[in-house]
Amino acid sequence: MSSIGTGYDLSVTTFSPDGRVFQIEYAAKAVDNSGTVIGIKCKDGIVMGVEKLISSKMMLPGSNRRIHAVHRHSGMAIAGLAADGRQIVTRAKSEATSYEKVYGEPIPVKELAERVASYVHLCTLYWWLRPFGCGVILGGYDRNGPELYMVEPSGVSYRYFGAAIGKGRQAAKTEIEKLKLSELTCRQGVIEVAKIIYGVHDEAKDKAFELEMSWVCEESNCQHQKVPDDLLEEAKAAAKAALEDMDDD
Amino acid sequence: MESLHDAPHSMGTTIIGVTYDGGVVLGADSRTSTGMYVANRASDKITQLTDNVYVCRSGSAADSQIVSDYVRYFLEQHTIQLGEPATVKVAANLVRLLSYQNKNMLQTGLIVGGWDKHEGGQIYSVPLGGTILKEPFTIGGSGSTYLYGFFDQAWKEGMSKEEAEKLVVKAVSLAIARDGASGGVVRTVIINADGVTRNFYTGDTLPLWHEELEAHNSLLDILSSDSPVPMST
Repeated sequence: MSSIGTGYDLSVTTFSPDGRVFQIEYAAKAVDNSGTVIGIKCKDGIVMGVEKLISSKMMLPGSNRRIHAVHRHSGMAIAGLAADGRQIVTRAKSEATSYEKVYGEPIPVKELAERVASYVHLCTLYWWLRPFGCGVILGGYDRNGPELYMVEPSGVSYRYFGAAIGKGRQAAKTEIEKLKLSELTCRQGVIEVAKIIYGVHDEAKDKAFELEMSWVCEESNCQHQKVPDDLLEEAKAAAKAALEDMDDD
Repeated sequence: MESLHDAPHSMGTTIIGVTYDGGVVLGADSRTSTGMYVANRASDKITQLTDNVYVCRSGSAADSQIVSDYVRYFLEQHTIQLGEPATVKVAANLVRLLSYQNKNMLQTGLIVGGWDKHEGGQIYSVPLGGTILKEPFTIGGSGSTYLYGFFDQAWKEGMSKEEAEKLVVKAVSLAIARDGASGGVVRTVIINADGVTRNFYTGDTLPLWHEELEAHNSLLDILSSDSPVPMST
């Protein structure tokens, strides 16, 4: 259901007569075509999960990481153009280290989100730069507790307790809304995220996918890290079982 | 002979910062000297950086003032950006970055003290080269050399607010008695969850030490009365 902005969509520095910047909207399309990325805020931390669509059977499992650590206490999951995402991660890492150098304490997640958003927005202001074609889900745990932010290609950033971007985001959001997040621990959250990602994966259109998950919670000592292998396997098994139950019905 | 007023203003000083159970007490004398002349006998060496963080200044008066001004400005911007009060740690870090990066040009020893809701009362010492040290108590300035032994004996963990303030006032007055470059009044600033309290102890309220003489009335009072009465010894 896309509208063609004939003539007004050639440059990010052009507004259409109805007040839209089409280049930014097209950038958002790049995000919508990517594998689903989810983030949820549980009562003791953040869990993020990515549906990593495998383009080639010859790829090694574990390669093409989509979730990156930005600082000890925070990480980012990227949807959309992977190379654009790498650029944003590099910038976020450098913002985090320079903040700590000047102020002597880890960057608050809110401040980090604002800086990332400001950087993404920067690239929508000049005709000689194109907007980033990726959406970012940023999760961290600072002294104000766990916080989850989402940054869009337009440069807006909002704080969420549950966020989803990519192909299966509509279905994923519906599933996330059903969860009682304030009562879930991250351990339980990991299982739920796995179930949602397996649930929204479209077997017909896309072939194989690999599930990548990370968390930052009290159990991980407030450090951002990959979900431990045993828990990840447990989550995958539970997700597959839930799928079979759905099929049986 | 060099004019009395040419020498740079230095705060031969005594400054102290002490944590207690619930906050911090900062203390200082009030003498600013240019060489042998006391340029200001009632100076305020405890300067505000934010609502909840203060700094004790020693060494060159100009250098310590400019550092305080810059840090106050940076902290104000930081507080607005953050949306909550800056922590004592951040204030101390900014002070030490300025001190370290400009170490060739500055001559100032600073004690940063304050209270924030995350870590409670904290004292950070930032001496001449730009080191930063978080300590339960610290002393600085020329008068502090006379206080190391005193604190070794008198300091204890978990004091009350009253005990801590008494300790600070006693210590500053001891240093004033022995250090020619320290003198005047004793100022203290107490910072805790309830806010900031400034106190001021004039010379006649301070204890006398070891052969110090009690203050007598001024000769002017005696000479201007009808029949001059000789001073009693």
